[in-house]
This record gives sequence, C-alpha cells and structure tokens, in this order.
Amino acid sequence: MATPAQSGLTRERPPILKISVIDWLRANLFNSIHNSILTILCLLALVFIVPDALRWTFIDSIWYTEDSNVCRAAAGACWAVIPEKYRLILFGTFPYDEHWRGLIVILIIVGLTIISAFERFWSIHLFTTWIIAFVIVLWLMLGGSFGLKTISTNRWGGLPLTLILFVGTVVGGLPMAIFLALGRRSELPVIKAVCVATIEIIRGVPLITVLFMFSLMFPLFMPADITVDKILRAQVGMIIFFAAYGAEVIRGGLQAIPRGQYEAADSLGLSYWKKTHKIIMPQALRIVIPPLVNDIIRAFKNTTFVSIIGLFDLLGATKAATEDPKWQNYAMEAYAFIFIIYFIFCFSMSKYSESVERKLSEGRNY
Amino acid sequence: MAENQNDTMVKLENVNKWFDDFHVLKDINLTVKKGERIVVCGPSGSGKSTMIRCINRLEVHQQGHISVDGTELTDDMRNIEQIRSAVGMVFQSFNLFPHLTVLDNLTLGPIYVQKLPEHDANKRAMALLERVKIPEQALKFPGQLSGGQQQRVAIARSLMMQPNIMLFDEPTSALDPEMINEVLDVMVELAKEGMTMLVVTHEMGFAKEVADRIVFMDEGEIVEVAAPDTFFNNPESDRTQLFLSQILTH
Repeated sequence: MATPAQSGLTRERPPILKISVIDWLRANLFNSIHNSILTILCLLALVFIVPDALRWTFIDSIWYTEDSNVCRAAAGACWAVIPEKYRLILFGTFPYDEHWRGLIVILIIVGLTIISAFERFWSIHLFTTWIIAFVIVLWLMLGGSFGLKTISTNRWGGLPLTLILFVGTVVGGLPMAIFLALGRRSELPVIKAVCVATIEIIRGVPLITVLFMFSLMFPLFMPADITVDKILRAQVGMIIFFAAYGAEVIRGGLQAIPRGQYEAADSLGLSYWKKTHKIIMPQALRIVIPPLVNDIIRAFKNTTFVSIIGLFDLLGATKAATEDPKWQNYAMEAYAFIFIIYFIFCFSMSKYSESVERKLSEGRNY
Repeated sequence: MAENQNDTMVKLENVNKWFDDFHVLKDINLTVKKGERIVVCGPSGSGKSTMIRCINRLEVHQQGHISVDGTELTDDMRNIEQIRSAVGMVFQSFNLFPHLTVLDNLTLGPIYVQKLPEHDANKRAMALLERVKIPEQALKFPGQLSGGQQQRVAIARSLMMQPNIMLFDEPTSALDPEMINEVLDVMVELAKEGMTMLVVTHEMGFAKEVADRIVFMDEGEIVEVAAPDTFFNNPESDRTQLFLSQILTH
C-alpha cells in the first residue's frame, strides 16, 4: 500500500512531452482563422522587407571610400560616412589634435560606471575614486595646466559631453532626489511646501522647457558681469529635472517601509538622520532600484535634448557632421551608427537593472 | 519623599490620550518601582499597548505627566532620544532590520547612540546572543531565522543599550505556539536578574510566575492592580472576573 504511493512521491520530474514542429506551429501560429491570417500577413511582410533591407545594408552598400561620389553611384547604404566622420561624431568640435583627451574621458567614465555596477565595490573608496576621476576629467577637458592646452567649454562635444552630462545628472540628481523625497515627507511645513512645489513644478513642464529656462532666461536674471557657463546651466537644469522624478520614485520606496522599522529605530534612541541613513534609506533604495535605473536610462537619452539649445552632444555632433554637403545624403547611416551607441549604453543599463531585480526577488533575505 | 522618588522607575500621572475623538487612555495613574515586574493585561482595544508606547513616546499623550527614571517626557527631541535609549522595547512583530545581519542589528544602537567602539559593541553583542542562546546565528539575516529566534534577537537588541527598564508589547502574540516558550524562558531569566519589566501579554502562566503586580485594563482605564495571587483567586472587579473567566476557560 505504502510502496506505490512512496514511489510516486520520489519521482522528481513530470514526463517530458514531445511536441513536433508541426504541432507547435498549429498550436501557436495557426490556432484560429485570425491568427492564421496574421501569420501569413507577417510572413509576406518579411518576404518583401528583409531581402531589400539586407541588400541595402550589406550587399549594395559601400563600406569604405574617401570619395562620396562612389556612394552616389551605389544603390545601398553608404557606411563610408562613418570612417569619414566618426571623429567629428564622437568628439564634436573638440580640437582635432586633442581628441585623445576626450577618448581617455570616455574610458574613465565607462570604466568607472562598470565598476560601480558591482555591489562588492560599493564603499567609500569608490566614492573617493569618482571624485578623483571627476577632477581628472575636468583637467583633461579644460586643460590649461600641467602641459595641456586650454580648451574652452563651448568646444566640448560628442560622446565625452554626453557622458559628462549623464554622469553629472545622476551624481548630482540622486542626492537631490533623496533630499526632496525626505523633505516631501517632512513634518516641518516650510520644508515640505518647498519640496512639494519643486517636484510638482518641474514635473509639470517638459525637459526642453527647463533647459530653455536655464539656458536663456536664467542669464537675464543675473547681473550682467556674471556669466555662468552654458554647459553648467544645462547641467543644473538636467539635475533638477532628474531629481524631481527620482524623488517621486524614492518616495514610493519610503512608503513601502513598514512603520515598525521607524519605531524600532526610534526606540533605540537613534536620531532622525542616523535612522534615515542606516535603517530607512538602505531599505527604500533597494526597493526602488528597478524604477530608479529606468529613470537613469531616461536621463542618458535625455542628454540629447541639449542639442536643441546649441550644444554638440553625440546627437548634435552627428547632425553637424552630416551637414557637410558632400556627405549630407548619408545622414541616415551616421544616425544608425549613434543609434547603436545609444542602444549599447541603454541596453546594458536595462540588463543590469534586470539582474538586480532578479537578485532582489530571490527571497527578501538581502 | 526623596527616597520614594529614587526607587521609582516610571511614573504615569493622570495620563489622558485621544486618537482623534476616541478617548483611548483615561486618567492613567501607575508607578513602576525599580526592579519591579508588572504584567499588563486586558481585552484588545483596552489601551494597554498605547499606554506602554507612551512611555518611550512612540505615542504622544495629550494630558498628564510621564516621567522615566526621574526625567519627565517633553517635546524636546534630545530629551526623548535620551529616554528612549534608556528604555528597551520589544515589539509584537519583532521589527528587526531586515537588511542588516543579526550582529549589526545588535551593535547599531550602541555604536551610533552610545558611541561605543565597534569592537566593544561586538563583544557585548556576542555575550547577549549567548544569553538568548543563539550565538551561532550572529552573521545570518533576520529573514533566515524562525519567529522565536527573531524575537530573542529583538530582546537582545534592546538589552544592548543596557536599559533601565524593558517594555514588552505582546512579545509572543505573533509566534507559533511551539516557539512561545523559548521567548518566555528568556524573559523569565531577565526577570530573575532583576530587570524592571513592563509586559503586555496574555500569557497568564508567565504572569503568575514572574509578575509582582498585574494591571488589568479595560476601555482605556486601569480597572484593577493586584498581586498575582489576589488577581487570579480574588479579583475585586466584575470586569476582571469576566475577563479571567473568558481567557482561562480553555
């Protein structure tokens, strides 16, 4: 009596079902008249589009030439625009002979960002490293000391500018977001009102408006002899914009912390700041890592808005590079190139967020 | 008079509290002497938890005076933090910090409130974990422990601050039956060592064993205060008799 029941229990896996390709097709693609029609339509679309796309991209395309007339004669893509213009695209109007400085800046920022993604490196040393990196990046970009030629900020451009704006937005915006979120929950009416007003006003207008406000209106309010650098003004605008959204995300995390955590911290006699720093914030931030990374990805893409106020970030530089009359017909290929760059950055961040999320969902044991 | 003051640990005088227009504590008068063990019982909603939560100001009373070890509770945050660090509190739902190890849960208070060096805090923590019989769990996270173990860690965490008095807010109510005793054992031992304790609980066996006095509350009032013997065998008020008959039938 017990034996068959037990052997039934010890069998670990359900029997493996064998499904043939035809069964699978029938079950998933042709399981109703509607689905069958849709499947056929999609197949037809692929048949029409894919061969032409492949031919344009790979077969009829020109991979390398210095003569744009060669491209004009070809039927396919003119990838030659990329080797011809990539330095202008990547570094914008940065002086040609100093591009190596921009390249080092890119390597520093990308390298440190990758290191920062690993939890085992999260310590005060990482923070110090970032500060040192910040100083080095500024030195490389501005020059003027230790044998480097001075470069004015209005010649900054391309990927280094995009990365500097992005890192600046996140590094400046995250702490501000934390304080705005805390302030919004404050029991002190003045602090609360200021934080609510900041968040709601900034969230209520498009980023482009914020950027215009900071780049065009802000100088009007300042005394004539004080000028704040254009990039710095854009940077401040982007920081505040990021912080307003980040604050709401973090506030969500704060609301998810049970009251008992506050009470336990209070009953130990911890001060407000110690309680926030050691008990509440670490838990709240862990909860909101996925939506926060989402905001960070958006911040990366939002750097493209500065091309509208006349800065040559990666997108702005590409636009400028393709204005060369000889190559202006091949802007699409150049944009495809930066599409890939943006995609690599954003997709890696998205994958990173996914892995963090997976780690967090493996039980709440931290 | 002066002598009286010196051996008083907690004094509540005419304490009144409202939640909106619900009068949750009505003219509460209670004096807890040093080294005294008091069990507070009563039906749910009678204000027992609220009363002990007023003592470390997790709740704010609106009328009357509360003093702890001679210091009166005021709105001054410094004063409150100082009193809180001298009053240990154990919650029904443990409230351990889930992102910290057991050891870090214990050492956090002493390190940041009492400015104790980390090395000394760790030593104190290991000694206390020994006392609550789970030193081997020091490096685990709260989520990896059973309910009974978590509550013992919570008791140890409160003791880390070397409090003058321990408040227990239904410490065994959230536990599975087989884990209640391991927590009560720790509390009995604490009582034997002379800790001043104010315990809200329905564990009448525990009350009989360790309480010097039992406080019975109903509808926001202290109905009766008596030694366990009198309380269980000769309760004065009808309400107490009714309550006892309800909880002791099984």
